[in-house]
Amino acid sequence: MTRFTINGKPIEVDVEGDTPLLWVIREEIGLTGTKFGCGIGMCGACTVHVGGRATRSCVTPVSAVEGAVITTIEGLDPAGEHPVQTAWRDLKVPQCGYCQSGQIMQAAALLKDIPDPSDDDIDAVMTGNLCRCMTYVRIRAAVREAATAMKGSPSNG
Amino acid sequence: MIKRILAGGVALAVLGLGGFGLYAWHPAFDPITPPMADSFAPEQIEQGRVLAAAGYCATCHTAAGGAPFAGNYPMKTDFGTIYSTNITPDAETGIGNWSEAAFERAMREGVDRSGAHLLPAFPFDHFTKMSDADIAALYAYIMTSVEPVKAEHKANELPFPLNQRILQAGWKMLFFKSGRFEPVADKSEAWNRGAYLVEGVTHCGACHTPRNALGAEKTDQPYAGAAIDDWIAPPLTAANPSGVPWSAAEFYQYLKTGTTIYHGSAAGPMAPVVHAGLKELPDSDLAAIGTYLGDIVGAGGADPAANPAVAQSLAAGVPQADYRKDEGERLYATACAACHYNSQQITEGRPDLGINSATRLADPTNLIHVMLNGISADQGMAGVVMPGFGTALNDQQIAAIAAYLRASRTPEAPWADLETKVATIRALGAMAH
Repeated sequence: MTRFTINGKPIEVDVEGDTPLLWVIREEIGLTGTKFGCGIGMCGACTVHVGGRATRSCVTPVSAVEGAVITTIEGLDPAGEHPVQTAWRDLKVPQCGYCQSGQIMQAAALLKDIPDPSDDDIDAVMTGNLCRCMTYVRIRAAVREAATAMKGSPSNG
Repeated sequence: MIKRILAGGVALAVLGLGGFGLYAWHPAFDPITPPMADSFAPEQIEQGRVLAAAGYCATCHTAAGGAPFAGNYPMKTDFGTIYSTNITPDAETGIGNWSEAAFERAMREGVDRSGAHLLPAFPFDHFTKMSDADIAALYAYIMTSVEPVKAEHKANELPFPLNQRILQAGWKMLFFKSGRFEPVADKSEAWNRGAYLVEGVTHCGACHTPRNALGAEKTDQPYAGAAIDDWIAPPLTAANPSGVPWSAAEFYQYLKTGTTIYHGSAAGPMAPVVHAGLKELPDSDLAAIGTYLGDIVGAGGADPAANPAVAQSLAAGVPQADYRKDEGERLYATACAACHYNSQQITEGRPDLGINSATRLADPTNLIHVMLNGISADQGMAGVVMPGFGTALNDQQIAAIAAYLRASRTPEAPWADLETKVATIRALGAMAH
């Protein structure tokens, strides 16, 4: 039995300890916004926040998150209005969209740590989030736009 | 004449053996009926709870998946595997029928209720320094607040003659000095409090001080660092290789939270020391431990952010256009940088691997452990997880990342036989603690 909090709700799951957190989120809890990409923590599609930090859920065993606080794309903002989500829509970032929940979760974590990122900062932190449609230029622009928006509203991070 | 000398020799030997026998022999204390909970004041029991945590008794006296304090945790030593004992107040298989005097003798002299010598895997060489009040409080807590559990002790896997308890008396004669902590007059109250805790109940030296061929701490090399439970306990002296020297403030922060901005995370055997242990101590005690350990390290109060090692590590993290050329750099950029990259300064929660002792120790063990098996929410920075990459990356890939980090961010010589080391640690499994 593993207990943790997900999107503000306490939850208890009865699965093997080595079950990947991604499986638990999608199959047990039914939150399918988080995607399976490579399964080895090398593409970023499965990124969620654990304790506020971007974490690849496909390589995280559920036993490791006992007692932790998890946020998925569904819980990032109750209305889907996190500045990164707004920028994503405004700049029409997604093409096929498969990687975007991971991209958005990673970008939101990036802006919390580095509120005014340079292009180098964005590249370094976002390199682990792959986009097969090659929308990297728009992703970078959206991260910059979200950073600008967040400067005006410090409580929105 | 020769006969006389021989006779004299034999007489001396007999006397010597007799003397040793007297030294080695200890009487049994009579079994008692376990004391009732109301035999102790609640404040004393609470003090004992904090001390039991600070001494992480449960860490060694609890087997994986077993009941707390019920023993049978395997301790791999150079001499064979030893199983910890059941210290729950169960009268038959635990210490329920131990009087306080018997308990105190175990703590101070390493002798059990029956009079048998305890093995020095039980750090009585440290606990002997504790005050009467602290030992009494520990007894009160264990007898009243620990759930009694019937659990038979597994037989130790020690070869003959090491399994002969009487020989422990010889070990004690050579290496053990009983006696309470002596404060140092010209040191501050905080320093002395820290020294009392560190040398006594928290027994830091049990892991961080190297041991001699007979398993005794080398008193001439205190806190010089040692291998323990398939990990490396880094030196707590000026020889600590962290990029930024430890200080009283860094020790305090680390022991309170499991990590600091300028030092690594409490992982492996150190994780429960912090999270199931020291953080129960009041702030003043943690600060005192910091004062004492900071004095041992001998570092001044220089601004860590201005340390050249920090600047070098930050510079090495800047993304390069040709990062795909080196396998280690490419894998680091993809698998690690999302969390470990830092921009203008090191941010809390983004551990900088260039200044971490794991990247700088002569032995890559700690770094490999964490890369393969990660850090769970109850270790390191509480509530935060680093996933292990053991199922994602092969030995050669893990080795490539480790080699890249060391070469790009530290002045240390490259590690030899990295890939073999990765394979060895992988074989230990995720439960390598």
